Amino acid sequence: MPMKTFQGQTLSWDLKDGIVELALHREPLNEISSLTLEELEKFVAVIEDLSREAHALILYSTLKSGFCAGADLRELYGWIQEFGQAEVANHAREYLERIHHVMNALDAAPLTTIAAVHGVTFGGGFELALTCDMIIADKMARFCFPELRLGLIPGYGGIPRLKRDLGNAVVRDLLLTGRSFNTTKAQQIGLVSQVASEGEVLRAARATAAQIAKFDRTTSSAAKRFIKAIPREELRQEIDIFCELIARPAVQAGLKKFVESTDAQPYLP
Amino acid sequence: MFLMQTAEQTLDEILSLAAAHFKVPREKLSPDADFFKALGIDSLQTLDLLTRLEQHFHVELPDYELQGVTDFRTLASKIQARL
Repeated sequence: MPMKTFQGQTLSWDLKDGIVELALHREPLNEISSLTLEELEKFVAVIEDLSREAHALILYSTLKSGFCAGADLRELYGWIQEFGQAEVANHAREYLERIHHVMNALDAAPLTTIAAVHGVTFGGGFELALTCDMIIADKMARFCFPELRLGLIPGYGGIPRLKRDLGNAVVRDLLLTGRSFNTTKAQQIGLVSQVASEGEVLRAARATAAQIAKFDRTTSSAAKRFIKAIPREELRQEIDIFCELIARPAVQAGLKKFVESTDAQPYLP
Repeated sequence: MFLMQTAEQTLDEILSLAAAHFKVPREKLSPDADFFKALGIDSLQTLDLLTRLEQHFHVELPDYELQGVTDFRTLASKIQARL
């Protein structure tokens, strides 16, 4: 019997009427910490079983401020302090291997997956949404890959998955400027397939999931495998590049600045 | 005939939009006021304001262009340059 319901400290899930809803609820903005990772690992361990009774998965946030602000940078900064620059790359690699396992499992999940995003959808949160088969966005959502501002690249599979979905010129702009962009832009470039009114994204995702549930699961799963290949080689390269970069003093300085910032615009370096 | 809106019109629309959304009396907002203080907004609300302005004016405002911008008048000039 799959674990149909789970209530964790950072997320919960519930299987009802053939739809699994995975809700992120870690204050302040669903920063992805070691604990989030542990609970995501619990989820992907049962996803195969859940898929026998479900057609669709909706990923969303219960927090008003947004979907997810990305990696817990305070935790990342803490690692550098704890392990030192020489060892931090090894620790980061171990962590990224686990995150990639989770992201790849979500990406290949044998059910149709929907990220229902609103508000801040940054960094690792954006990468989590990119694992899904479709992104439905609240008109007030905002997306960003701010990692270069810290001297890093996205490490949770963001670049290969963005490259899979978008034209390379757009990817370079978003990545190399680290700028944030809104739902209108996200839809124009083909990242977001549906836009919902303010506060209505979960309703739109549920309606979409209900439609998906009408189809034969084996057919949907076959169609998904055919059109959504996982860029495994590039994902491996991403881990290598991230681990090369994280050991540099510039990253420590960037993280320190972010962690200690009291600026009203801390997302701007 | 398409008429380009003036910088003053843009400024006026920003002040009205900010006042209405953040529930601050319009007359308390002056063009040269520090909008963080005048509206009492934090970083997330600043992002929200940015998104609302982009939607209202149908423009893209890369946030690096707004770095260091704190007053409504300069904000209006940045938007005007993208219209």
